[in-house]
Amino acid sequence: MSQFTLNLIFIGLSFALYIGIAIWARAGSTAEFYAANRGVSPVMNGMATAADWMSAASFISMAGLIAFTGYDNSTYLMGWTGGYVLLAMLLAPYLRKFGKFTVPEFIGDRFYSKTARIIGVICLLIISITYVIGQMTGVGVTFSRYLEVSNSTGLWIGAAMVFMYSVLGGMKGITYTQVAQYVVLIIAYTIPAVFIALQLTGHVLPQTGLFGSLNANDAKFLATLDQVVTDLGFNSYTGHHGTTLNMVMFTLALMIGTAGLPHVIIRFFTVPKVSDARKSAGWALVFIALLYTVAPAVGSMSRFNLNTTMWPGAATGQTFSEPAVSLDAIENDPDKQWMRNWQVTGLLNWEDKNGDGLIQYYNEAGATDGELADVVAQQGLQGNELTTVNNDIMVLANPEIANLPGWVIAIVAAGGLAAALSTAAGLLLAISGAVSHDLVKGALNPNISEKGELLAARISMAASILVATILGLNPPGFAAQTVALAFGLAASSIFPVLMMGIFSKRINKQGAIAGMLAGILSTLLYIFLYKGWFFISGTNSLNDVPAEWVLGISPASFGVVGALINFGVAFVVSNATEEPPLEVQELVESIRVPRGAGDAVSH
Amino acid sequence: MTDKQSSNAYWQANIRIIWICIAIWALVSYGFAIILRPLLSAIKIGGTDLGFWFAQQGSILVFIALIFFYAARMNRLDRDHGVDE
Repeated sequence: MSQFTLNLIFIGLSFALYIGIAIWARAGSTAEFYAANRGVSPVMNGMATAADWMSAASFISMAGLIAFTGYDNSTYLMGWTGGYVLLAMLLAPYLRKFGKFTVPEFIGDRFYSKTARIIGVICLLIISITYVIGQMTGVGVTFSRYLEVSNSTGLWIGAAMVFMYSVLGGMKGITYTQVAQYVVLIIAYTIPAVFIALQLTGHVLPQTGLFGSLNANDAKFLATLDQVVTDLGFNSYTGHHGTTLNMVMFTLALMIGTAGLPHVIIRFFTVPKVSDARKSAGWALVFIALLYTVAPAVGSMSRFNLNTTMWPGAATGQTFSEPAVSLDAIENDPDKQWMRNWQVTGLLNWEDKNGDGLIQYYNEAGATDGELADVVAQQGLQGNELTTVNNDIMVLANPEIANLPGWVIAIVAAGGLAAALSTAAGLLLAISGAVSHDLVKGALNPNISEKGELLAARISMAASILVATILGLNPPGFAAQTVALAFGLAASSIFPVLMMGIFSKRINKQGAIAGMLAGILSTLLYIFLYKGWFFISGTNSLNDVPAEWVLGISPASFGVVGALINFGVAFVVSNATEEPPLEVQELVESIRVPRGAGDAVSH
Repeated sequence: MTDKQSSNAYWQANIRIIWICIAIWALVSYGFAIILRPLLSAIKIGGTDLGFWFAQQGSILVFIALIFFYAARMNRLDRDHGVDE
């Protein structure tokens, strides 16, 4: 059976499953559409949250990010998991007790202000739209790679898929499809990882294989990898090469950004009780960790495999003991077929610059001294000959590099789509909820009937899908800045305002509004100064290089400073103005205790 | 004890548990994995040092344990203060 047929079968089966769930889980009320009627068990919600959270970036790009940078990019691993501890203790249980449907709704009620609610909606829309564009392009890329359709056809198929279950089922449909998508994506991620760990280290668990020894010569895997990459002129894998301050700040920005992402927070509105919200955050992290503890193994091992492909001697750590791979082997050997496959996509490319019939892969910047400098001189190298290696190839080409059967490749295709679609659906629900519940019902037409609001919710969901698809077809400049923009805004606006709303009775309307504005504007200013105004390239006032960052803080890490500004301004302004009204202080008292959460179900 | 005092005591106890968890959360991630890594570099594990393990695996495992610890402690606290569901 051809690879194309296998891909078609696996993707087709997974889609049939999602459509089946869509038909079974139709929503009949706004409570079902926004919060799955608060009947989702903590374990199921944990699984759905994991799929909601783990995007195309987690599935496809993260292992590559870690592979090519090593220890320094552990920031992603800790940052994208540590936020769940904050969610479980600081936000999720109290927002569940509050018992409404959207994040801006809490901001509006707690700070007794329509203005605050609207600012919340604007932040939510910027965050979620930036984020969803990346998912839509991910769907397009995966489709075009595995099903031989054009990018845009792939995108429309993906959009039609999301339309089916999210317009029909709302949160209810999305929750149960996300559970199914989690199962698909985790199987797809784990199978190649187990194979590659077995081949290299003899460990079944990639998590222990990472710290194990190589089958080839019984030397420690990580020590050998360090040896090989430094031989080739790259930074050592396990060493620390950036600044400590920025590493701390970036990790913290990702953590509080994660805790402030609206599409993640609303998942915790679906469980029956406050205690379930706490427990559910734990389950979510268990399911996330199943991928996040495997990712560093996948990244480092596929980088090792890439190096041994290019320099066969590297398999035992003796990088230059054998000549580099020959051009003839790359172009004709059956076990190098994957290189030819990926050359077509533009993610991998090579060029025999010095015409010696060998393809030498090394880091030109690191070739000034040592053994590598001798090799460059002896072999007359004119520069690195593996001219393109895209990060994403580490996960996508992994099954082919490790020579795994065709059905594994087909599962990876279905898994990549599951990761992108599940996150897109969660984001679209957050967007459409903000439009139909916060704008239509909250601001434009407060007297809208239950039926009318449900219809408005479905229409805004359909419109959001259309907008996201069009933006996915023509990604604007800001789409590539998800980490800086979405996480920066979530960290500097939503996380602080929610936390203050719960943990302080003194922060009032004026303080919250001033704090949010100060947090957002300072963060946007810092990002725009380095990335260009509104991300138009060439309009940046300062160069986006570590030497020019203030105190070495990167634009993507600035959300932490923005959050501190938000807290500080809110505190000062609130203390200079009157206390919040008594009923608001009572609201804070009531969300702090779990009892009575069940009553909040019917709204 | 009035309701008000009881709910104050409940909230203070919750804050105390949160501080303990936050301290551990910060110690394993910002401490062991980043700032204190050079100090722990003598402790070797699997071809690298303890700080690397915390950065890529250990802190995630501690995070999971922390959430379940917090959830369990809060369930007990809810019952003790009569505010459970």
